[in-house]
Amino acid sequence: MNMPAGGPGSVFAQISHSATASFSEYLARTAPDLLPGARGVQQLPPGAAPMVPHATTIVSMTFAGGVLMAGDRRATMGNIIASRHIEKVFPADSYSVLGIAGTAGIALDITRLFQVELEHYEKIEGTLLSLEGKANRLGAMIRSNLPMAMQGLAVIPLFAGFDAERRVGRLFSYDVTGGRYEEQEHHSVGSGSVFARGALKKLWQPNLEEDAAVRVAIEALYDAADDDSATGGPDAVRKLWPVIYTVNAAGARRIPERELAATSEAVIAGRTVTGREA
Amino acid sequence: MTQQFYVSPEQLMKDRADFARKGIARGRSVVVLSCSDGIALVAENPSPSLHKIGEIYDRIAFAAVGKYNEFESLRQAGVRYADVRGYSYDREDVTGRGLASVYAQSLGAVFTADTKPFEVELAVAEVGAAPAEDRLFRLTFDGSIADERRFVVMGGDAEAVGEVLRGNWADGRDYAGAVRAAVAALSGRTGQQDAGPAKELRPEGLEVAVLDRDPLSSRGSQRAFRRLATAELTEILGEGMDG
Repeated sequence: MNMPAGGPGSVFAQISHSATASFSEYLARTAPDLLPGARGVQQLPPGAAPMVPHATTIVSMTFAGGVLMAGDRRATMGNIIASRHIEKVFPADSYSVLGIAGTAGIALDITRLFQVELEHYEKIEGTLLSLEGKANRLGAMIRSNLPMAMQGLAVIPLFAGFDAERRVGRLFSYDVTGGRYEEQEHHSVGSGSVFARGALKKLWQPNLEEDAAVRVAIEALYDAADDDSATGGPDAVRKLWPVIYTVNAAGARRIPERELAATSEAVIAGRTVTGREA
Repeated sequence: MTQQFYVSPEQLMKDRADFARKGIARGRSVVVLSCSDGIALVAENPSPSLHKIGEIYDRIAFAAVGKYNEFESLRQAGVRYADVRGYSYDREDVTGRGLASVYAQSLGAVFTADTKPFEVELAVAEVGAAPAEDRLFRLTFDGSIADERRFVVMGGDAEAVGEVLRGNWADGRDYAGAVRAAVAALSGRTGQQDAGPAKELRPEGLEVAVLDRDPLSSRGSQRAFRRLATAELTEILGEGMDG
């Protein structure tokens, strides 16, 4: 941060100290124990990462006028299925969504903090943060989780949103050090991401319609679930479908259950008819 | 050696209260009123960017009169209080009553201890599931807190504006009706022939926001606060403004 006029201890320094628009910065000053992973409060002993649920595959792609993000519903703990119902894709604000892979507990906390961060900025400043600004804030949060990542409790998000300036959907991937990389066309993270990526390479096309993009996302997640034990496929018995959000100029929208059920069942039926073994 | 003159506590408090009251009365009025669609907040404010009305949390809004820098810092403090509380507990644990009592405490502390009292008056509005569950709190410069029914008028000639609103009150108004009633009261239109000439209030000179009663079903959002754009306001004020 730039040093304000008058140096430390001046009136300007005091004002800029109290006038932060960032919620996580404010928490770090006033209640650091509330931050995800209780930053700075205690260090875990080395090499003792506990068994905790891990969230898995997220796929994201651009389509005509926006961007889509989808996640399966499984969390695993070693060889155990920890949850069949977990949701891993969330709206960050009205024009962006994020999906999480990695340690579920910390990831859910970071998601919640990120949502409050964006809303807080909007309320304090009276305007929305730019898409790049949001992506950078998320990177900073992931970077601050680096000590936990070194212990084996990493969180890898995928961030997508509608850029109001350029009028396009954009997507960003991250590494554990908070490095932010803009991705073109489509991307996936998590344990099943290699298989999903293979599917996306063949199925994704420029300027897909929204419903076609939803179908491609379900196909990709199906392929991931086919070969990765930690990714859950569409569950027709329990009526569990992937969680899918789309973002376009009108804002973020969750694809309703009914549409997801119809598309998922169509994908399953299509594959049943083909009857391929591998 | 300089001699410190004795000032009685009564006189000291009275001087401070007079000072604050004068500052508040210089500004223009703000009206907060509950109606069937939710809560409408109407302020006379020619500036499109220096707001007198703001969002605090999902169902809570803030309105203020007086010195801008003072109430703006109070608004930001309120947003921080609400966000920390909602983040550490749960979103539904943030209440208007809790926020209003924190405001009352800090205003009271500043009034008695600081060199100068805040020259502000605040309203904290929380929208409920039905008009009877709406909460309107009025906070004055000395930390007094009042739980109001139906409406709150602050700043400028609050007495006169309140009188007009009380005279024209009708239950079960929608937003359009409530905003029209508020604007009529702000412009000093009493509906009586012998009243003085009414001020002309243009939509550009007004700041209007609402707290929707059911934002989840109408807009798919938890957040009830919504500003009315000038176009929307023109439409509301255009119909039946002359009636």
